[in-house]
Amino acid sequence: MNPTATFLMRRRSRLFILGAVVVAAIAFTVIAASGISQNLVYYWTPTDLLAAHGKAYGATIRLGGMVTPGSIRRTSGSSAVEFDVQDAAHSVHVRSRGAPPQMFREEIGVVVEGTMVSGGYFQSDRLMVSHNNQYRPPARGHPIDKKEMERLIRSTEGLKD
Amino acid sequence: MNATAGRLLILASLLVSTAGALVAFAAGRSRSAYGLKWAQRFAYLFAALMVGATAVMEYALVTHDFSVSYVAQVGSRSTPLWVTMASLWSSLEGSLLFWGCVLGLYVAVATWLTRNAYEEYMPDAIGVWLACAAFFSFLLAGPANPFVLVPAQLDGPGPNPLLQNHLLMVVHPPFLYLGYVGMTIPFGLACAALIKGKLGPSILKPLRESLMLPWVFLTFAIMLGGWWAYEVLGWGGYWAWDPVENASLLPWLTATAALHSIIVVERRRVLKGWTVTLILATFLLVILGTFMTRSGVFNSVHSFTQSPIGPTILAFLAALLVFSIGLLAMRIDRLEVEGNFESAVSREGMMLFNNLLLVVLTFTVLVGTVFPLVVEAIRGRQMSVGRPYFDTMVVPAAALLVFLIGVGPALPWGKTSWKQIRRAVLPPLIGAMVFLMAGFLFGARNPWTLLTIAFGGYAAQVTLWQMRSPFAQVQRSPRRIAAYLVHAGVVIVMIAIAISSTMRYTQEVHVVKGGTATVGAWTITLAGIEQRDEPNRSATVARFVVAKNGVTKTILEPRMNQYERMREPIGTPDVYSTIGGDFYLSVMNIDPAEQSAAVNVIITPLVGWIWGAVILMGLGGLMALVPAFRFAFAGAPRAAALTLARSDGV
Repeated sequence: MNPTATFLMRRRSRLFILGAVVVAAIAFTVIAASGISQNLVYYWTPTDLLAAHGKAYGATIRLGGMVTPGSIRRTSGSSAVEFDVQDAAHSVHVRSRGAPPQMFREEIGVVVEGTMVSGGYFQSDRLMVSHNNQYRPPARGHPIDKKEMERLIRSTEGLKD
Repeated sequence: MNATAGRLLILASLLVSTAGALVAFAAGRSRSAYGLKWAQRFAYLFAALMVGATAVMEYALVTHDFSVSYVAQVGSRSTPLWVTMASLWSSLEGSLLFWGCVLGLYVAVATWLTRNAYEEYMPDAIGVWLACAAFFSFLLAGPANPFVLVPAQLDGPGPNPLLQNHLLMVVHPPFLYLGYVGMTIPFGLACAALIKGKLGPSILKPLRESLMLPWVFLTFAIMLGGWWAYEVLGWGGYWAWDPVENASLLPWLTATAALHSIIVVERRRVLKGWTVTLILATFLLVILGTFMTRSGVFNSVHSFTQSPIGPTILAFLAALLVFSIGLLAMRIDRLEVEGNFESAVSREGMMLFNNLLLVVLTFTVLVGTVFPLVVEAIRGRQMSVGRPYFDTMVVPAAALLVFLIGVGPALPWGKTSWKQIRRAVLPPLIGAMVFLMAGFLFGARNPWTLLTIAFGGYAAQVTLWQMRSPFAQVQRSPRRIAAYLVHAGVVIVMIAIAISSTMRYTQEVHVVKGGTATVGAWTITLAGIEQRDEPNRSATVARFVVAKNGVTKTILEPRMNQYERMREPIGTPDVYSTIGGDFYLSVMNIDPAEQSAAVNVIITPLVGWIWGAVILMGLGGLMALVPAFRFAFAGAPRAAALTLARSDGV
């Protein structure tokens, strides 16, 4: 084969490869974008959740807040619990399947994962109590600090799966 | 005293690495052998200073010198000695000091092994290594100084309890650092090749080997991380696409791609620019991973609290990105193409396909990991990308990769007739059928699981055939055998992942003392609940007698560990492992007053195979290096000539 022919062939195959890569990249971007948009998990506080109205139904949400004092109700014969999760302004009623973790109690930061359902409550498949690696006595009677709440929602240990 | 000594050593290492980098780059420009000698001396000196600083910190930790800020932060008189020593990497500043120490060792060993060879490339390579060293010295001297002098206190809080809670958490970080930091060496070599505008045959061997060693460590590190999550976190899984996990996987994917494309460069003299790009990308992903795990942008188990270190690493990452792209743009066309791609249906074609799949996987995981950060930065909304995204995107590519492990080695290099291709590609379908049937009998019904098993069977037959074939035309080199060991490991891992993730069974039960619960063929009996006091923690332990089909198998003791300085206890599961699968008990809560416990029972088939097969992968990787080490000590130029002679002989 003479050098010019080799050169032309190489250029043709380069163009072909370039075209293939561009097509693949576009296809990949479209697939990835739709994959991401279908699988978003929102981190919300009760105020965010109530402000979202209809959007909160069916979406996967991690709701973070404090367990309202006196709101915990255990169903006898099953390990499920019901309680309210509140932030400084609002509270949301939560029904959680499954036994709560050891340190679950009133006035503790929790993150529940689930969605709003038509009964007007939050159905949670997973309940997590916020781990705090530093020793700090639980804040009593203080309005919840927004920063602290965000930190709680994002500490997702145990929320895997 | 310790604080001052440590501080001085760090400042000296900053000075030495900066000066060394300048000397090395100057020697690269002027091609001065004298300058190279000095650059090497600076490299050794940097290593000595870093090791010294780390030794000072270990001494301060062991002697409980609470006037050193890092010791005051993580030290405690009540922790066992091994925990105290491992505290070096339990928190931000110490782990960066450890990084510096590992970097020093890598740079010194790499400089020593290459001291009489590759004169063309070495000045620039040492320059890049020492420039990275200067950055980490700067971090340790300023934003993340572990040696701040603080008013001494009597006792400290001890390291993060999660570290104390399991031995694997002590072993996992060193492996991760050995993997992460080691990528600096091939990065330096690849940069040197670009600066010189040349990727000659002689440099391929050190490039491949310096990539292989950290690859092995990173492989172990990823497995240890998954194993730790499985043994400690109590949700019964080993991989959750957590940003921290992804951070360790991303450079592994590109490094794996580069290890394959280097072979194509060796054999066919093509893909030079591509290979160099992959190596640069690997190091960038290492620094991105460091940023993600060390800056607190993702607040998860491994991440540390917000600190000035985040912006500093981000600036370094940006500088590296600009440097890499600039270098590639200016020099990539100089890496001359000598060979040609003759046929897509060939071993090199399959390696290219493998590379593309690995890069697609890298992008998929990268996009899913970084997307929430970008959204939050732009729109201030907090969210994460859920697990199904990763699963649906990654599974098909991973299954195809298993298939390529079969097809690639079955095909010969270069152009081949269709008849030969058919002869190579058709017989392993027997292996695929056998595995598929076995999988079906085992109970697998998920289509992706069955597909992975079938591809695994195909790959297994090819791999075994290649390793044992008495008809092989040439004596298999140890490197080839090593590669097939790694492939065998990957096939086992992929099948075990496919089965364990789709055939897991979970049930939650509540048991009172003396009572039993039945889960499938298994029964658990709560024998009792006891309180145990240990030096650094107290534990509430639930004792379960575990029986299968009425035969007592073992006693499992899932527990709640309460650490002195922590508000909440940490639940720790207990596992009964067999070849066929694991029986896993994780306590949700224990009520000592009522003598009852709520536990999650998780039965996962084949999960133990993952750990075993990853060890096989790592050993395969080490085996590829062992003869290399021998050659390296016998004198590098001769070894390079030998490697070339061997690779050209086929």
